[in-house]
Amino acid sequence: MAFVNLKKKEVQVKVVYYGPGRGGKTTNLEYIYSKFNHRIKTEMVAIKTHGDRTLFFDFLPFDIGKIKGYDVKIQLYTVPGQVKYNATRQLVLRGVDGVVFVADAMVVRKDKNIVALKNLQDNLAAHKKNIFTIPMVFQYNKMDLAAQGIPLLSYDALERSLNAQLKVPSFEASALTGKNVAQTLKKIVSLTIASLQKELV
Amino acid sequence: MSHTFSQKQLDGIEEILQEDLVALGVHCVVLIDMAGNIIANLDNGTMEHDIYSLAALAAGNFGAVSTMAKIIGEDEFSLLFHKGEKESIHFSKVTSDFLLVSIFGKEVSLGFLRLKVAEAIEKINKLL
Repeated sequence: MAFVNLKKKEVQVKVVYYGPGRGGKTTNLEYIYSKFNHRIKTEMVAIKTHGDRTLFFDFLPFDIGKIKGYDVKIQLYTVPGQVKYNATRQLVLRGVDGVVFVADAMVVRKDKNIVALKNLQDNLAAHKKNIFTIPMVFQYNKMDLAAQGIPLLSYDALERSLNAQLKVPSFEASALTGKNVAQTLKKIVSLTIASLQKELV
Repeated sequence: MSHTFSQKQLDGIEEILQEDLVALGVHCVVLIDMAGNIIANLDNGTMEHDIYSLAALAAGNFGAVSTMAKIIGEDEFSLLFHKGEKESIHFSKVTSDFLLVSIFGKEVSLGFLRLKVAEAIEKINKLL
């Protein structure tokens, strides 16, 4: 649920990185934080376990400048990917405006992606939102692992298994090296802003 | 879904927060929605908190505590308060969509703060 402040001419938009555990959601935010820290005035907030896994969420506010005279602040969140943290995942999705689904391209994680996507659909429905209408982008992460000989699903196989019905934009990426991380972010921001503009008219 | 407040509404809210809370010694007040967006924030001019992170964490914390309440069969907990050595923080639900976060020091008593927060919320509700 974006918030439009007519007094300060400011729009706050919430984008959530969703996906299976150890898929690279936090790494996406860490990369963005390290690359664009000149635009980010604050520290990245991370609530994690002692084992460095996300416990509640990561949070990164990001100024993207002015659109139609309004300062646009994008609030990036991640959810904890581990199955057991569904209650907190649902909380983080409250008021979400756009979703990046970070899928794990490793062959062994194929089913985990599908379970997480179904879980996203259910959790969005709990907030009366529809996975088919919310602005969304797929990011097929860990493409850098191919160089190490780790079996990865092909782009087409990932598209078939996750994006056959949703048909949203998708990127092959590596959150670790930064490949297509910024492109993913740009895409979800433009989709989300476009959808808000439609709503505000 | 998005929500928008008019300049008049925001001016009214800020006036209430200023007169009922900041003028009485509360260091910082932030009105947020449950998604963690900031609707209004005021402070006494000496605070330099990272309120965007604070808002995100407050919304998450409030959501987590509300869910805990439901698990043990309560609708909600009536007092949400964290006490620090110098600064303390108090959360109060305004409506099901909005939350008021107040940061205050030792010079303001919790009882007085709760009374004032309740009054401010009643006034804010009339503007929403």
